[in-house]
Formats: sequence, structure tokens, C-alpha cells
Amino acid sequence: MPHKTFMAFIWPSLLAMILFIALPILSVGYQSLFIEHEQIVVVSENCGPFGCTKEASVDAEAMAELRAEQPAGRFNGLDTYSNASHLAFDEIGEIFATSENFGEIRNRIMNLPFYKALIFTLAYTFIVTPLVILLGFIIAIVVNSIPKLLKGPVIFFSLLPMLVTPLVGSLVLFWMIDSRGIIGAALQTIFADPSLSLKASPALTWVTLFVYGVWHSAPFAFVVFYAGLQTVPQDTLESAMVDGASRWERVRFVTIPYLMPLATFIALMQLMDNFRVFEPIIGFSAAASATSLSYLIYNDLRAAESPLFGSAAATSMLTIVGVIILLLPVLRRNWREFNRKT
Amino acid sequence: MNFRIKATIVSAALTASAGVAWADCGIESGSVRILSNDFVALHAVADWAGKCASDTVEVTRNQTEEHKNIQVPALTTNPASYTVAVVATNSIVPLLNDGLIRPLDEYVEKWGDQLLDSQKIVVDGKIMAIAFMANAQHLYYRKDILEENGIDVPATYEELLAAADKLKSAGVMDAPLASNFKPGWNVAAEFVNTYLATGDNFFEPGSAKLAIQNENGLAVLENMKKMLDYMSADWATFDSNSTRPIWEAGENALAIGWGSRTSEMIAEDSPAPEIAKATAFAAAPTFNGNSIPAAALWWDGFTIAKNISDEDAEASFRAMMNGLSQDMLAENADAAVWLIDGYEPAPSATGVIANLQGGARPYPMLPYMGLLHTALGDNLAEFLQGKESAEQALADVNAAYTTAATEAGYLN
Amino acid sequence: MANLANRKPPSLVFVSTAFVLFWLVVAAFPFLWTMWGSFKVEGDFFSRADWMNAITGPVTQRQNGSAFTGAGYEGAWVQQEFWRAVINTSIVVFFTVVISLTLGTLGGYALARSGFKYTFWLLMAALVFRAMPHVTLVSGYLLPFFELNIWGYLPTTIIVLVAINQPFTLWMLHSFFLSIPKDLDEAAMVDGCTRFQAFRLAIIPVMWPGVVTTGLFSFLLAYNDFTVTSMLLTQENATMIPKINSFLGSTQEEGKVMYAVAAVVSAIVPLFVLILFFQRQIVSGLTAGAVKG
Repeated sequence: MPHKTFMAFIWPSLLAMILFIALPILSVGYQSLFIEHEQIVVVSENCGPFGCTKEASVDAEAMAELRAEQPAGRFNGLDTYSNASHLAFDEIGEIFATSENFGEIRNRIMNLPFYKALIFTLAYTFIVTPLVILLGFIIAIVVNSIPKLLKGPVIFFSLLPMLVTPLVGSLVLFWMIDSRGIIGAALQTIFADPSLSLKASPALTWVTLFVYGVWHSAPFAFVVFYAGLQTVPQDTLESAMVDGASRWERVRFVTIPYLMPLATFIALMQLMDNFRVFEPIIGFSAAASATSLSYLIYNDLRAAESPLFGSAAATSMLTIVGVIILLLPVLRRNWREFNRKT
Repeated sequence: MNFRIKATIVSAALTASAGVAWADCGIESGSVRILSNDFVALHAVADWAGKCASDTVEVTRNQTEEHKNIQVPALTTNPASYTVAVVATNSIVPLLNDGLIRPLDEYVEKWGDQLLDSQKIVVDGKIMAIAFMANAQHLYYRKDILEENGIDVPATYEELLAAADKLKSAGVMDAPLASNFKPGWNVAAEFVNTYLATGDNFFEPGSAKLAIQNENGLAVLENMKKMLDYMSADWATFDSNSTRPIWEAGENALAIGWGSRTSEMIAEDSPAPEIAKATAFAAAPTFNGNSIPAAALWWDGFTIAKNISDEDAEASFRAMMNGLSQDMLAENADAAVWLIDGYEPAPSATGVIANLQGGARPYPMLPYMGLLHTALGDNLAEFLQGKESAEQALADVNAAYTTAATEAGYLN
Repeated sequence: MANLANRKPPSLVFVSTAFVLFWLVVAAFPFLWTMWGSFKVEGDFFSRADWMNAITGPVTQRQNGSAFTGAGYEGAWVQQEFWRAVINTSIVVFFTVVISLTLGTLGGYALARSGFKYTFWLLMAALVFRAMPHVTLVSGYLLPFFELNIWGYLPTTIIVLVAINQPFTLWMLHSFFLSIPKDLDEAAMVDGCTRFQAFRLAIIPVMWPGVVTTGLFSFLLAYNDFTVTSMLLTQENATMIPKINSFLGSTQEEGKVMYAVAAVVSAIVPLFVLILFFQRQIVSGLTAGAVKG
């Protein structure tokens, strides 16, 4: 396809992405290199309904002048990336220099906010993604074999975990897993432990989040696999059967290889989405035991009264770098395939 | 009977006339655009401000929980997208820092006769906001259970813990106590409450340097840890929404909760009427031998944008004066703890009023307080879970705060 | 022959039926529970005394005189005018899906048919774009949108959702077009068609299955979005999810949780009808979906 035709087809899509994603990413990257001007603070008598106090406030006019000169703030290089709230190079160096054993090193690194979040993010990504693929595949295989009449409703019900907005989905589930809720009470009976509470222990909170993650994303894998299953060549299956392949062997040697590219596609999308895990942490009030990179960004931008744009920008850029590293093996494979094709 | 019907009709007629009598607002022209949070008391204020709308006066509003996140960009543009931003003690800070709101002295003098001096929020000698309601956390208790067990209403944290201990050891309740300990904003608010009660300040005088790494800071943390002994194991999920059903199920007898959530707790149509009847409120307990209730006082108020025409600013101020009028108060007396002249406290307001009378301290309206609040919210959970020492928790708070304050330009 | 290939031993039928049932329970139970509970009052559905209350409804009985109540629905739809949010959502979802798919099919087709190296890099760039956390993007939009005076309107939100959704749409449709034989459109071009005519005449008629699958996911994204819609729309233009969120309550105010529950249920039931109605299209769309990574 000539360049001109190519552009004619792709420009609307490209324009939308450049305007609303590429430019913001560039500006976020630029922003992460700056910190706010030194604040000019005045102390004065401030009064309100509850009395007067001598308090500090910012001299907004003087600050406006500073910002007019240099709107982005003070140049800070990569220091925001290396400070204690992000990669914490100094702190890590100190931890390695002063810790006595591996356990202490681990505990002290886990106490740094960025690494604490990163560990959970990675654990979530690497546990949930394969389980989603596996569960989605099994559901697809099984649903594919049920009578046609039932397929519609079954597909609809299978999509429900994706359809119910996470906001209320997690609210209801959060209530159900309460020690007095239906699932929580059932678990207490099953494990014969009346003090069992999914909300109380950090380990169980992690498990809850993983289970929710799998439950919520399995429909996506299911739909994609199900679509793929419809195109598995019947004649290959039949000739495999003529050759005496058992049911399992047919799945193992015909269906699975045929669906491999789909598994890659799902893995690609799921790795990304899971790496940005955020909603369940809020929905299940799990921040005491589990924080993620996206949660840190949210905290900087939304939870705070005065957003820390530089800090959020740095975490966002680190998230992108993290995703690229995660996807590198997939990308390399695609690159080789692409070169083979052309 | 007859008389009552007549009275109703008369008052209805009065309300209706107030509704159409926009001449009362007397605004010639202008545009009033209100941005606020989304709850009943603010709806009432905005409704009454909206009554100033006429052929020449436009009144629009956007009441959303996201107001905090959109107010700065919305007021930065020229002209600003909103003329009135309704804020609280903490959310006014970014507007002040960026110089996005205008002094109101001129308008208060001309149109603000109805205002009490205590309603005027003065920063650096200028009135920057008008407060109209107050909020704070305080003690909720169960009259019946305390009486049955011979416990007086706790006035100090020592008494509170002793009372909880008595209930627990007597086998009355497993977890008699509740407080909003959810990591993030909530747990930080609890720390702030108790730390204020020590009489100490969070920062070194006239500086943004943190000053909580001291004995009082440790005492506050140890106190929070002790409270956990009497709280449910699910404490890390406790906020106003999740503790309410626990209270209504009768599983707590003592709780620290928000004044703005009290009326639903004693409402007649509560799902647990007996418990609602036995619920009462008192000032927040004092701490560590001091006499200050352990509660930060908050106000809600309104500000006027800087980047708008003077005509719109004046129209906005006058419309808001109608929003805070006596008629509004008469109709919505129970909706909040109003700071407006003539407010008669309802039973649900007893806790907040007791805090005020007990001399509780306001939530600090400092430019860097929000950064500390976030740092506290992120770094106390591990201590409370028993994974690290109180000293380490305060050191973590200090590290997180210092990093953030450096980035925001308050520290070097 | 096919019949023979698909005939199963009874044990396998049993296992797979049991699995389907198990999965259906896991997938649908929370929703069915919510649907049932939406006719109760909050004290029952979120009862701490005994979860059985959510089934029997003693408090509902006491407060309303019957074990079921439509109060949640009435509150949400009549009092809180939830229908406005439904209309807004319909507009946002419809246009987001249509525009996403239009741009996506054109772009995906071009990416699938052009052999130059830059197509690979474009696809990779799209992946990186998708990695950006939405909350950072949205915070960045606020100031420019207010300056251009386009904040708060439905079209702005639609365009943002289209753009954010574009990387995924491009990837999925690009994979799909790869599976359509090149000969099809090339033959048309040999017959004298331009590239666009070839696309229109040869490709459009056979592309629907892939479009349906992609459309399903675009739909879900726009329908479930909270980050973008809550920050970019005014109160009156709010879509369903931010509206539902406003029912949930905050530090200041007690939530009207049952309104939220009723709203969620009433938001999903039409989808059920929609899916049943389009069942054949969706299933056949999936059937020929052939999305390839």
C-alpha cells in the first residue's frame, strides 16, 4: 500500500491518538523533570469560625510572577525519579550498606512506598494473567460444546462479571465477603474458623484481590477464545480423529496450537491491564495491605488536596517503562514474525 | 385543626412568594455559576441561591464529588468557568495557593450585613471565604449499654479505653469500639484529631518543617494501637459508610464518628429503631491529660473566583447571601450544623457543639497540611498492623512528607 | 462424521455440564443476588445481623408492610432522575462505539495491508499509548479543556473515549483484517477499483464478525468508564456510572446505597434484552471472529 493511501486510511485514528494520548504522554514526561517553584510563604493572623491563629499562607501574587517567568517550575532533572517516593536510590544504597541479612534488606525495601506497590503490582499481574487465560480457555471449550439453544444465555451470564460496573460490583462483593455476609459466613463454616475474616489479614486480602481479578477478567479471555474456537479447522480435527487421537490429544495438539496467537493477544492485553490494577484496591478498601503503581498515581493526583503532578508524572512514566519491559518478549516475537512476513 | 391547615397554607404561600420574589435578591444582572460538593446542605444553599435567577440573572450549578479535582483548572481560565466555589477547610488551600479567589471585603461591607464575624475566613488580613457550616468528629455512644454496665460517658481517651475494656472483659461485646481507621484520608484524619488534642503543632513555627517526630506523636500512635484491641479485626476497612451498619447491628457501644453523619444514626426510620433511640453523642474525648477534645474542627464555606467580571462577582456574592438567608435556615435547620446567625442546634448536633464548647482546635488551613495528610494516610497502616515500630512509622511519614513538600516547593 | 467427532462419553458430558453450571453460578450469582436485593431496603440487603435477612427481608417487611419494595427504583428513577444519566450514557456509548469502529476499521485495514516497517512501530506505539494510566491522562486534559471551553460536554467525552479506546480497537481489527485473504481486495483493484472502493466493495461485506467482537469491547469500555466520565462531565451531563457513584455517600453524607443497587440492576437488564436480541449476530460475529495476535 503506498504511503499516501496508508495515510488516507489511518489519519483520523492517528490524529485522535496523537492529540489525546501521545501529546499528553510527552507533556507528562516533560513535567516529571520539573518541581514547583520555591514557595514564597507569608505568616499572618488568620481567622475563621474557630478563632484566630498565626498561620502561614502562600503569597499568590509573588508566585504568579515566578510562574509567568518559568511556567513549568524548577528544573529537577531525574531527581523526582530517584527520590524516596519513587526509585529511592539513596535509601536502597543505605539499606544494602547497613542491613545485616537478607530478611532485613527485604523488609526495609518493602517499606519503601514505590517498591511495596511494585511488588503487589507484579504479583497481581503474574498470578492473575495466567489464571485468566486458563479459566477463559476452559470456559470457552466447555461452552463451545453445549447445545446451541443455550449458548446465548450462557454467553450473557458469562459476561456479567464484566458488565456489572466494578464500582457496585465490588461494593456488593465486599459486603458478601464480610464475616457476616453470605460468602464470608460460608467460608467460616467451610474452614470451621469463626474468626476468619477476609478483610483482616494481609494475605487473605491479596487472595481476595486475585480472585476478584480473575473473576472480572475471565469473560474477556472467554469471549476471545470462544471466537477463535469457531474457526478451528474441522478437517484437521477429523483427520486427527481418524489417526486415533483421543479427545484430549485433539485439544492438546490441534486446538491449543491453533489458539496460541489468541493466547498471546489476551496475554498482551491482560498484562497491561493487570499492571495498572487499581479499582479493586479502592473497591475492597484494601490499601492497608495492597497498593499498586496506579494507586500511587491516584493518591498523588486525586486523594491529595494539592496534587503532586511531578510525582504522579514520574510514577506514570515508570508504569509505561514497566509495561514495555513486561511486553518485551511479546514484542520481540512480533518483530520477528513481522520481518518474516515482509 | 383548621388553624393548622391555615398556618400551613400561609407558610406555603410565604415560601412560594420567597421563590418568585427575586426582587428580594435585587440583583440587576450577572451570571452566577456554582461549583460545589454533592450533599443535602449544599443542595439547600444552591437552591436558595438559585432563587435569584431572573431574566437578567443566570444561576447555574454543578454539584459533584469531583469538585475538588476540577476547581483549580476551572478557576484558572479567564473568565473562570465558575464564579462560586464551595470549599472546606482543606479544599480552599489550593485556591489560595494559586491565587484563584478574590477578597470579599468590599462585598461583605455592601451586602453582608447578615453575616456573623465568625463566618468570615480571614487570610492575611483579607476576607477570602464565607463559612456557613461546621463539622467534626466526636463520640457516639450507646446510652443503654453504658448505663447497664455502670459506665459514665467517657470524657478522656483513658476513660474510653477503660470503658471499652470493661465491656469486652464483661463479655458484653467483642469489639465495643469503632473509629475510621481505613488507610488513606480516614486514618490520617484520626491521627490529626488526636495530635491536635496534645496542644502541639504539626510544623515548626513559621516553617514547613514537620514537627511530629516527638513524644506526643508516639503517644498518639500508641493510643491508636491500643484502640485496636477493642475494635473489630476489619478495622482497616472502616470509614463512615462501613461502620454505620456495624453500629446499627448493635456490635459497637462507643465510636468516633463524623457530626455530619449523626442524624441518620438517630433517625426514626432507622433499620434498627431501638439502637437509634439509645444512641447519643458527646464531645470527642480529650487526650493525654490535656483538656482539648481530640477533634479537628472543619468548616464549609464559599469563595468567589478572581478571574470573572466584577459584575458577576457581585451578583454571585448576593445570590449566595440569599443561599444563606434565614428562610433557607428555617427550612433546612436539621441539614447541618450551621454557622449562620439564629441557628438552633438539633439533637444530632450535640457532639459538634460540645467539641466547639470544649475548645477543640480547627483543622490547620496551612498550604502544606494536605501533603502531611496524604503522607500520614499512606504510612500508618503498617504500624497499626504491627509490622513496624511507632518510631519507624513517624520516620516514614517524615520521609514521605519531606519528599512531597520538596517537590511542591515548601522545603529545600 | 462431524457428529461422530463431537459425540462425547457420558462422564465428559457430566463433567462439562457441572463445570458450566459452576461457572454460571460464580459469574452470575453476585448479580442475581444484587437483583434480588434491589427489592429490599438497605437494612436487609446489607444486614449484619444475619445474611439471611437479604432473602427474607424482615426490615423491609417492618418498614413497608411487604417483603419487597420498589423504593430503590423509585428513588433512583423518579427522585434522582436516573433516566437522564441513562440517556446520556446511551448517547456516549452509541457514538463512542460507532466512531471507534469507523476509525478503527479504516486504520486497522491500512495497518494490515501496508507492508512497511512503520506499521510495526505504529502498532507498538499504540501499545505504549495503551499503557498510560487513564487518571494521569484525564488530569492533563482538564486545563486545556477549560481553556477551550469544551469541558463538560458529551462530544468532548466521546472523543476522549474514542481516542483512549483506539489502541485496543486498532490492534484487534488489524489482527482481524490480517485473517481476511489479501486476494479479495487485490482482485478488486486489478478490476480497476481504487483502494477505497476495494475496501468498500470487497472488505466491508465480510468484515462484520470482527467488527461485532471489537464493538462489544468498545461498548463495555464506554459503558463502564468512570475515570473519564466522572472528571469530564458536568452534573447534568453525567453518565450512569458517575451518577451511581454519587448515590454511594461520602464522609459528609449517608449514601442512598439502595438507589445505587437499583440503578445497577436497571442498567443491566436492558443489556440482557439487547444481548438476547442480538444473540445471533454476536455469536456468529464471534464465530467468524478469528482475532489473531
